[in-house]
Amino acid sequence: MYRYDEFDHTLVAERVEQFRDQVERRLSGEIGEDEFKPLRLMNGLYLQLHAYMLRVAIPYGTLSSRQLRMLAHIARRYDKGYGHFTTRQNIQYNWPKLEEVPDLLADLAKVEMHAIQTSGNCIRNVTADHYAGAAADEIEDPRVYAEIIRQWSTLHPEFSFLPRKFKIAVTGAATDRAAIRVHDIGLQMRRNEAGEAGFEVIVGGGQGRTPLIGPTIREFLPKRHLLSYLEAILRVYNQLGRRDNIYKARIKILVKQTGAEEFARRVEEEWEHLKDGALALPQEEVERIKAYFAPPPFEALDAKQTAFEASRFEDREFARFVRSNLFAHKQPGYAIVNVSLKPVGGVPGDATAEQMEFLADLAECYSFDEILVSHEQNLVLPHVKLAEVYELWRALKSQGLATPNIGLVSDIIACPGLDYCNLANARSIPVAQRISTRFADLKRQHEIGDLKIKISGCINACGHHHVGQIGILGVDKKGEEFYQITLGGEPGDAAALGRIVGPAFSYDQVVDAVETIVDTYVGERQADEGFNQTYARVGLEPFKEKLYAAH
Amino acid sequence: MPLIKDDQLIEDPWISVINGDVLPLEQCIIVDLERWQAARQELIARNGRLGIRLKNDQPPALIAEDLAHFDLIALEFPVFKDGRAFSHARLLRERHGFGGELRAVGQVLRDQLVFMRRCGFDSLEVADEKVLDAWRRAKREISVFYQPATDRRPWVANLRHGRELPKTPAHEETGADHWAY
Repeated sequence: MYRYDEFDHTLVAERVEQFRDQVERRLSGEIGEDEFKPLRLMNGLYLQLHAYMLRVAIPYGTLSSRQLRMLAHIARRYDKGYGHFTTRQNIQYNWPKLEEVPDLLADLAKVEMHAIQTSGNCIRNVTADHYAGAAADEIEDPRVYAEIIRQWSTLHPEFSFLPRKFKIAVTGAATDRAAIRVHDIGLQMRRNEAGEAGFEVIVGGGQGRTPLIGPTIREFLPKRHLLSYLEAILRVYNQLGRRDNIYKARIKILVKQTGAEEFARRVEEEWEHLKDGALALPQEEVERIKAYFAPPPFEALDAKQTAFEASRFEDREFARFVRSNLFAHKQPGYAIVNVSLKPVGGVPGDATAEQMEFLADLAECYSFDEILVSHEQNLVLPHVKLAEVYELWRALKSQGLATPNIGLVSDIIACPGLDYCNLANARSIPVAQRISTRFADLKRQHEIGDLKIKISGCINACGHHHVGQIGILGVDKKGEEFYQITLGGEPGDAAALGRIVGPAFSYDQVVDAVETIVDTYVGERQADEGFNQTYARVGLEPFKEKLYAAH
Repeated sequence: MPLIKDDQLIEDPWISVINGDVLPLEQCIIVDLERWQAARQELIARNGRLGIRLKNDQPPALIAEDLAHFDLIALEFPVFKDGRAFSHARLLRERHGFGGELRAVGQVLRDQLVFMRRCGFDSLEVADEKVLDAWRRAKREISVFYQPATDRRPWVANLRHGRELPKTPAHEETGADHWAY
């Protein structure tokens, strides 16, 4: 894991003091809310419906036990005892007091964390594959490059007042788990014909009111050119991105209106001036950062662990957990263990201080002190010995953290919605809670199989509804909450946007509608087809018939 | 309008000549791009120093061939949120080798000052004199830089390994280092 050196420590400490000064000026009345707003937004502090909300960055989703304990401490000391993990590997606190935020940030700095650039029209927290460093299909650990990007983008003097916010996601694996095609920039590690590793560069994807799948503008970028190429993209965008209309200001609109080829040409032209300049990555710096992400000291183990297999055979509940929550590890004898933050009837992504502390202890015992945060709002213990999974599962279960539903119908992504957010048109959390309660029967969930439901409370799409297999969008119809449903979305390699199934459903109807869709899929599917395969084969019609026949 | 230059608050010696105003004979004047394009020969022929003011949709490439005629370039920030001038400033300094005064005009936040310094601005038109203190402090508030920029202050990746910044072609041609803080 990356550790701060004197430079990193100094920068974060200076930023805390700078912000403390800004807050003091606000509290003393020297500056008003208007003037304070851009300052607090540079540091992740939003004013929501009921209170300030602070968004803390978890760069590329990686935490140590010490850091997770601090997040728990902050939840208890400055909030109401819980935190909310978001779809962009951040954690949000919903109830901090303005006068206490500088102290909160100082506490974060003690464990090498911050809230820098978690809001504002700047380069946001860089996200990565949540199985980074553990997945079997990985070329290299993407976090090395995500950390390089984090540093380069921090307080970037040229790109802190972009037309709009800017999100970068990186994956080092063949399978995209970081939704890179719906980011402003997505970087996918590839090998060229010579076997050298580099990046495929995808620009201009996004969700929101104009959802777009990002096109590839460069098939292969050698790693040493990463920063100069990013700088070229950002410079073109900073000059040409629209600033007259907030809804057309993201880079996706520029890429779409310019055309991917022409946009790529402009980037390449700018890059010609930058490519071998000051931004060429010093190799010793890459090596320095790489060393922090060296694999932990794995033991040489057999891929097949008899005790583990026996527990699976003997305990059906455990077998269910293994089926949904374990993922193949690159190291024989180890597994990636997902910890669901979606218990039946729970708030997706919420964790209490006690749960965080408990998981921090477990990570220390079982996972080389490492926890990953997924964009699906779950946590991951990335390096667990197969032989210890049963013991770990029992511990998780004792704290209500062993819900075996990863990837299943109740593993719902939901934005905070109208319960917290002043942009929302409708509630998201209670819809997620009601759906997971409806499908509470785990046996039924496992029979249904993988199915991704994603809920946004408004068109800004923080809940990723466009790329949900079942996407739910909250809309406001004459002051009443309605929910528009889309089918067939996919965030990964075959990225696709869902299609609207028909007229929206009321708050009372929406759970029935989801159940109807699920039952229709189960009835129509052949063999072990996934939802999107069945949908691609049968189309919208059977779903429409069942949903609207009775009306 | 008060002006900050070289960390001091000074009387602005430059006069803005807007629209069809008559050109003063020997003073230092700032014209807009349209005037420069329309009255280029007249402007070159007069005595007195010449400056140009660019709007943020007028990229530096439009005057890249003419930089020798200008002692000052003013870049507009119509609202603080509009950051195009940051890119334009860097392009003028780093790509086109402009070594004269680079001035920020318009709406500026005190917390942008450190970014302005880094992008090569060396003077700033300010709404009120209190900004001077912020401008001076901006130099000290943040001391760690994670990326190379116009000011050529060493960035962390190089400092960690004791390396110097390579010079850009613009630096070599013009020796324009005096605006590096």
